[in-house]
Amino acid sequence: MSYFSEIYDGIRTLLTGMSVTGKYFLNSRKGAITQQYPDNRDTLQMFERFRGEVVMPHDENNEHSCTGCQKCELACPNGSIEIIWDRVIDETTGKKKKIIDQHIYHLGMCTQCGLCVDACPSDAIKWSQNFENSVYDRTQLTRVLNKPGSKVRAGVEE
Amino acid sequence: MKILSINEWLLSFMPAGAVSITKMVLIALIYLTVFAVLGLYLVLLERKVAAWFQLRLGPNRVGYKGMFQTLADALKLVSKELTGTVKADKFLYNLAPYFVIITALMALSVFPFTKNLQAFDINIGLFFLIAISSIGVIGILLGGWSSNNKFALIGAMRSGVQTISYELSVGLSLLTMVILTGSLQLSEIIEVQKSGWLIVQGHIPAMIAFMIYMISGTAETNRAPFDMVEAESELGAGYHTEYSGMKFAYFFLAEFINMFIIAAIATTVFFGGWLSPFGITDSIPFLGIFWFLAKTFVLVFLMMWFRWTFPRLRVDQLLTLEWKYLLPINLANLVLMAVIVWLNITIQF
Repeated sequence: MSYFSEIYDGIRTLLTGMSVTGKYFLNSRKGAITQQYPDNRDTLQMFERFRGEVVMPHDENNEHSCTGCQKCELACPNGSIEIIWDRVIDETTGKKKKIIDQHIYHLGMCTQCGLCVDACPSDAIKWSQNFENSVYDRTQLTRVLNKPGSKVRAGVEE
Repeated sequence: MKILSINEWLLSFMPAGAVSITKMVLIALIYLTVFAVLGLYLVLLERKVAAWFQLRLGPNRVGYKGMFQTLADALKLVSKELTGTVKADKFLYNLAPYFVIITALMALSVFPFTKNLQAFDINIGLFFLIAISSIGVIGILLGGWSSNNKFALIGAMRSGVQTISYELSVGLSLLTMVILTGSLQLSEIIEVQKSGWLIVQGHIPAMIAFMIYMISGTAETNRAPFDMVEAESELGAGYHTEYSGMKFAYFFLAEFINMFIIAAIATTVFFGGWLSPFGITDSIPFLGIFWFLAKTFVLVFLMMWFRWTFPRLRVDQLLTLEWKYLLPINLANLVLMAVIVWLNITIQF
């Protein structure tokens, strides 16, 4: 009797599969996933977790939250991040304090693994959604992430 | 009627002996042109349907909504160099594509597209179709063998196994319907269906026969899920790995025309050919073409639906399906149909 139940199961499962693809077919007008890229570059939105390049967000006072702890530099498997730092005297406490001079990011070497973003304790760096990263000269791929004149936001280091 | 008037027109300026030959050549040329274009648009349809099944857009750049995509592809293929392997059997290698495309086009000649539009109303029509469609596999075997390429050879041998096995099911499922019609002539089969399409007349056994026919017909055309012949992930392109340019295009076109033929046989035998549903437009003769093509394209769409849904079978699964399932069911179904016709419990309007 398993012979007939196999035939029944075979037909049933095939029809299940066809109903699934049939639904896709009927809904294809509404939701084609294809992006016609150069035509829609003004409106194209990358998805939330897309890894474009590492950026350092600055607020309106030109302050970032990078403390210069170098955890990202250590986490990076191929040395795409270099931090040039300095020691200064903190005006309020009078203690010595580490600040970043330049947070250098080599996009040309970066493999978009995301370990630096995961390692950052103060969420100073994050992924951006931009996808048009090609340049004519590779020196442009070496980027300084902290803006000139920026400083660390107060309260980040506590 | 149409052919008669062409006959008179030709007789007005050439001797009677030459007229019949000219007529044949003319009809052949018309069929060739129409079905080459049809084949091209079937390729486009397949690509569009595949895209919609996968939530893509499909070709949409060349012409309005990609209308001229396959015409452009065909032009490209015509302009391509014809390559081949050094140790290929040159004669057979060059012959193989013509076997495939000519058998595909020959099969088209017997279809009644509408009441008077049938090139060759032979009294063994259905048998002729089955015979012709089995000749096509010789072209595939020749192509695979003469290419001197292991993938092509494996693909060709698989095609041989598959076509010989599934030929049985195609033949038997059509034979089941022939019990009902009592004739192999396609125009006669259509006449019988004026009192109800055969899938309605023969109810249960006809539906089983239709299902078996569609399964084995898909296998006959070497399409997915039975496309081990040209399983890309295993064999490159199968038997036409070494072909390029127009010779490749012949194989490609033949595959799509064969799909049209399988759907057209199903239309003629199960769904009343050019007859309109419930005879609503039978008074207008040329709408027959519309109904024939509409039904055929619905079945072609069904085959495309199969292709973009089911995964490919292994060789052993393929043969198990044929010899352990389809063939016994088919034989039982044949007996069932014979009993139904004998007891006269068919449904007729």
